[in-house]
Amino acid sequence: MTVSRFRTILYTVAATVSLAGLADATYLAVQALTGETLGCGGSPDCFRVLGSSYARVGGIPVALFGVLAYFSAFTFATFAAFGYARARLLLIPTIGAMFLATLWLLYVQAFLLHAYCRYCLFSAAITFLLAGLVIALPSSQQEQDS
Amino acid sequence: MKRYLPFVIVGVIALATLGSGAMLYRAKRPQFLSIPEDKALAGKSDAESMHVRGNPDAPVTVEEFGDFQCPPCGSFAGFIDGLVKEYDPRLRVVFRNFPLQAHEHAREAALAAEAAGLQWRFWEMHDVLYREQAVWTKTPNVRELFDSYAGMIGLNVDQFRKDMDGEKVKARVDSDQERGHSFGIERTPTIFINNRSLGPNDRTPEGMRAMIDAALKEKAATK
Repeated sequence: MTVSRFRTILYTVAATVSLAGLADATYLAVQALTGETLGCGGSPDCFRVLGSSYARVGGIPVALFGVLAYFSAFTFATFAAFGYARARLLLIPTIGAMFLATLWLLYVQAFLLHAYCRYCLFSAAITFLLAGLVIALPSSQQEQDS
Repeated sequence: MKRYLPFVIVGVIALATLGSGAMLYRAKRPQFLSIPEDKALAGKSDAESMHVRGNPDAPVTVEEFGDFQCPPCGSFAGFIDGLVKEYDPRLRVVFRNFPLQAHEHAREAALAAEAAGLQWRFWEMHDVLYREQAVWTKTPNVRELFDSYAGMIGLNVDQFRKDMDGEKVKARVDSDQERGHSFGIERTPTIFINNRSLGPNDRTPEGMRAMIDAALKEKAATK
């Protein structure tokens, strides 16, 4: 398999994985907007996590930023899979920012709230997977060498 | 054609996200419920027919419609208990049984709590049921576990068993459920603070505290 083909496959996988994150973040955003943090699909600690002051930035639910981030990751990964070089450049910082935000949110759940929302953990897993895929991408130099 | 394909894919996903988000929002749009005046809880006189935690004469009442098998209700119970302590003696909590049909053992749990209530141990059973929720919800024969909980909180277990099958506790659970249905309740936990349901922004710890503070101010102003 050529390096170029391997990259295309990785971008396609990243786009597909981003879709799962997009669905999760959309669900959480709707929960936050409707105030349904008491229920939250049977996840018992949702109330403590999504109902906390850390779940909003400037009054906007963090999950909405998640929707935007996953949609951006999906868009850039899709365009990158079709060979758009600029999309490749944008994908890496986007996933880097998502990774840092995820680390902060995990810290908040573990050490400040002492509660975990399973949908938030799913989102964290998706972001870690995306970060892993980006790290696994061969560099442009490797592509040229092949 | 291949040149436009990523634009088409991204556009379709954008529309699908917006569409599904809008549909989910419509389905989950908060219910704005209020308790009609003729069914509103008055003062101490109602205390005999309901389960009250906190000062029975408190100016603010949190009325919760809960299901013992609902995980968020279990998580919420600890928070509510903390609120009673935080606002003591200005807040009382009233628990109403609202076992959902989707939950296999919810009605039996409600009957167990009411049977414990006949021996003046409703809140003890309420706390055990929520604390042990992860255990009994996965057990096929919950009655045996409920009997052991009854013994644990010092009930007369034989009497408890009889009461659980008795008409009195069934009537109590049914009456709570009818009350909930008459307000249009569909989900648990559903919370009313001084007869007003929580709005979308009140369903957070801070939001609930703000609503309780506002109710306290309102009561103080009308005195």
